[in-house]
Amino acid sequence: MRKKNVSSLKSGRRRPAVSAALLVLGLLVTGGAYAAFSASTASAEVDLQSQQVITEGQKLFAANCATCHGQQAQGTEAGPSLIGVGSAAVDFQVGTGRMPMQAQGPQAPEKPVQFTDEQVKALAAYVASLAPGPSIPTADQLVNGNVANGGELFRINCAMCHNVAGAGGALTEGKYAPELKSVEAVHVYEAMLTGPQNMPVFNDLNLTPEDKKDIIAYLEYNKNHPSVGGLELSSLGPVSEGLFIWIFGIGAIVGLTIWITAKSN
Amino acid sequence: MSITAKASNYLDERTSISGAVKEFGRKIFPDHWSFLLGEVALYSFVIILLSGTFLTFFFQASMTPVEYSGSYVPLKGVEMSAAMSSTLDISFDIRGGLLMRQVHHWAALLFVSAIGLHMLRVFFTGAFRKPREINWSIGFVLFVLAMAEGFTGYSLPDDLLSGNGLRIIDGMIVAFPVVGTWISFLLFGGEFPGGDIVGRLYSLHILLLPLIVIAFIGVHLMFVIIHKHTQYPGPGRTEQNVVGYPVLPVYAAKAGGFFFIVFGVVALFAATVTINPIWSYGPYDPSPVSAGTQPDWYIGFADGALRLMPPHLETYWFGYTWSWNILIPVIILVVFLAVVFAYPFFEAWVTGDKREHHLLDRPRNAPVRTAIGAAGVTFYAVLWAAASSDIIATHFKVTMEGVINTLQILLVLGPIFAFMITKRMCLALQKKDREIVLHGYETGRIVRLPGGEFIEVHEQIDEFERWQLVSFNDNAPIMLRPNPRGRITSRMRARANWSRFFFEDRIAPVSKSEHMEALEHAHH
Ligand code: HEC
Ligand code: HEC
Repeated sequence: MRKKNVSSLKSGRRRPAVSAALLVLGLLVTGGAYAAFSASTASAEVDLQSQQVITEGQKLFAANCATCHGQQAQGTEAGPSLIGVGSAAVDFQVGTGRMPMQAQGPQAPEKPVQFTDEQVKALAAYVASLAPGPSIPTADQLVNGNVANGGELFRINCAMCHNVAGAGGALTEGKYAPELKSVEAVHVYEAMLTGPQNMPVFNDLNLTPEDKKDIIAYLEYNKNHPSVGGLELSSLGPVSEGLFIWIFGIGAIVGLTIWITAKSN
Repeated sequence: MSITAKASNYLDERTSISGAVKEFGRKIFPDHWSFLLGEVALYSFVIILLSGTFLTFFFQASMTPVEYSGSYVPLKGVEMSAAMSSTLDISFDIRGGLLMRQVHHWAALLFVSAIGLHMLRVFFTGAFRKPREINWSIGFVLFVLAMAEGFTGYSLPDDLLSGNGLRIIDGMIVAFPVVGTWISFLLFGGEFPGGDIVGRLYSLHILLLPLIVIAFIGVHLMFVIIHKHTQYPGPGRTEQNVVGYPVLPVYAAKAGGFFFIVFGVVALFAATVTINPIWSYGPYDPSPVSAGTQPDWYIGFADGALRLMPPHLETYWFGYTWSWNILIPVIILVVFLAVVFAYPFFEAWVTGDKREHHLLDRPRNAPVRTAIGAAGVTFYAVLWAAASSDIIATHFKVTMEGVINTLQILLVLGPIFAFMITKRMCLALQKKDREIVLHGYETGRIVRLPGGEFIEVHEQIDEFERWQLVSFNDNAPIMLRPNPRGRITSRMRARANWSRFFFEDRIAPVSKSEHMEALEHAHH
């Protein structure tokens, strides 16, 4: 509780600084504030500013996405407008295999990713070129967080949907918050930034870039440190423990009782 | 004289214990795997006592806030209660601590499961009949105590998951009009979560409840010795004898060995499978609630009852809010448990059977009782499944609402169907038994008669097997007769109705004359 107040105070203090920085950037960099951010993206090989990449992205978009999102990404009945969603949203949606969506359902599920990394970046560059929006985080935005603070922020902001151990959880009407153990750090950042589908957006006022870093550090720690107690049983807690004792515990014990009583006869 | 002989002589001269040992050692225990389930419960309890004692050496039952400084990195510097911090120390910084925690918790799960299975065995074989009704009640109390031990135990570490559990209990308590809020404040020492609850639960968990459990186990076992053990019907087994092994030396040696086997299984689980990883749950804080918050399995049925209750059932009466969405599940659970408790007395009243029963029923030979048991198991299972409705939804890719609605329907219809199907199955099996006694079993040998007709040769079963199939209690519906004062009271009428419900559909065992007649027939 106390910690939560501290972090919101902290972000409260950050707010003017962040907006000022954004303002300055906006004034300084022609072509929009967005351009300043995306110049140094996580995968540095692709220059999201380059006209060639954007054109390439436009072609891919027209071929794979336009049926739902419209030729100018303006949106259709089958898909929302992508104007202003930014490169982060595209990198997340396409990079985790959610887009292109295959079938209408409660929630676009993850599938095997359909594009190469360059193609994903090209799509992101194209969508980002339409209007400014949240951009793909840089590599140094993802590392060196504080694990303990991240854990607390995770329990307060994310656990109610994703489960305290990141095992995932059910939402209403067939929607669900996925497990987070297999998600790449960059996608975690983008998920917080863009709030895919039924997930709320955690903008930089809710969770500062520092907080996001901490959360990522916590998730990465869990990824790299399997449970000290042994098998994790999908981290589902008492349900899987209960099933385990009934299936394997009682199974083994009953088997042994039968063996013992059979021995004597 | 050898040293052991001297020692035992020394003891005996001062305690005259040899008489008791001889007496106890001559007790006979029959051999059947299902008779060992109670023992599994007993041994799990011993394991719980041993590992629990270890935990008390290091656990601090205090909610005083401290800053965690142990070796688990993701919680370093985080503020938490001393209870949580010491549990983390047990898990990460005390040699063997995590193993002991896991032994303790796995043994607890096994304890309650073994009790449950043991109760089912006793129920379905009718072992609760006279003279053992009271021992059923004692066993039932042990079952409830085991659940209470479990709940108080997993609430101690003051982690997020157990705090959420306590929050639910608090919600249930305050749902009681008038007294609820008072009780809640009394229990938690102020507004939830307060600073007292862990210490109080600890007193219950390590002092009061274990003492009562031990006392009840003592009485339970004493009754087992006084009543002698029941046995399955079989050759040479009667209501007057017990066929099996004497406690000394055979049974005691086996039981001792079995203890170590159970301990071994628990230790294996504890060494390889995580249970209650409080470090990933984090310290309790009233604001966050995790998705997929569940109690341990044995409290699941109560959680399920709450989840299945349709929402928004509230009334305002006399200036109080009556939260029916909590009160109704509580009432249902209490009634369910009361039915389990009272069943032996109820059945005895319906049958009016005052005889002692030391031979067990085969479940098929008491169709309605078996069917009632199946209905009860179904009811419990649906509630239990409901406690994991969210996990069912995510893992089977269905909607949560769908799961809840389906289970709501199943909770009502499931037991009814289970009852009907089980009863039919029992009657069918009884019919088959009759068939076998009368006409023998099918040998699979086909013979062509001179007339061209094909028949399958049936072989008669031997008399031992036959005895098993024909000798069972055959209860008929009681007749409604006026009492000595020439009246029929409503109590008598109710009893007659229940008796009809129990014994209206019945397959009588093959009588001697029927059997003779069938034999005659076969010879022609
Ligand atoms: C079958 C139709 C369909 C296709 C094809 C499709 N999308 Fe989508 N897309 C949707 C729908 C519907 C949503 C909204 C999902 C939701 O929020 O539940 C969406 C959402 C998105 C979003 C998130 C928007 C936001 O507000 O954050 C992005 C980004 C996106 N799509 C990119 C793409 C890209 C890039 C492609 C091509 C590779 C693509 N989509 C192909 C239907 C489609
Ligand atoms: C209201 C519930 C909710 C909250 C709170 C929430 N999420 Fe989500 N999250 C979702 C849902 C729903 C999805 C699935 C979105 C989709 O499939 O497009 C999701 C998806 C994600 C993904 C992508 C997972 C994948 O498999 O690709 C990540 C990463 C993620 N969330 C991280 C977080 C973090 C970190 C927080 C806390 C700061 C958080 N979420 C808070 C509901 C939530």
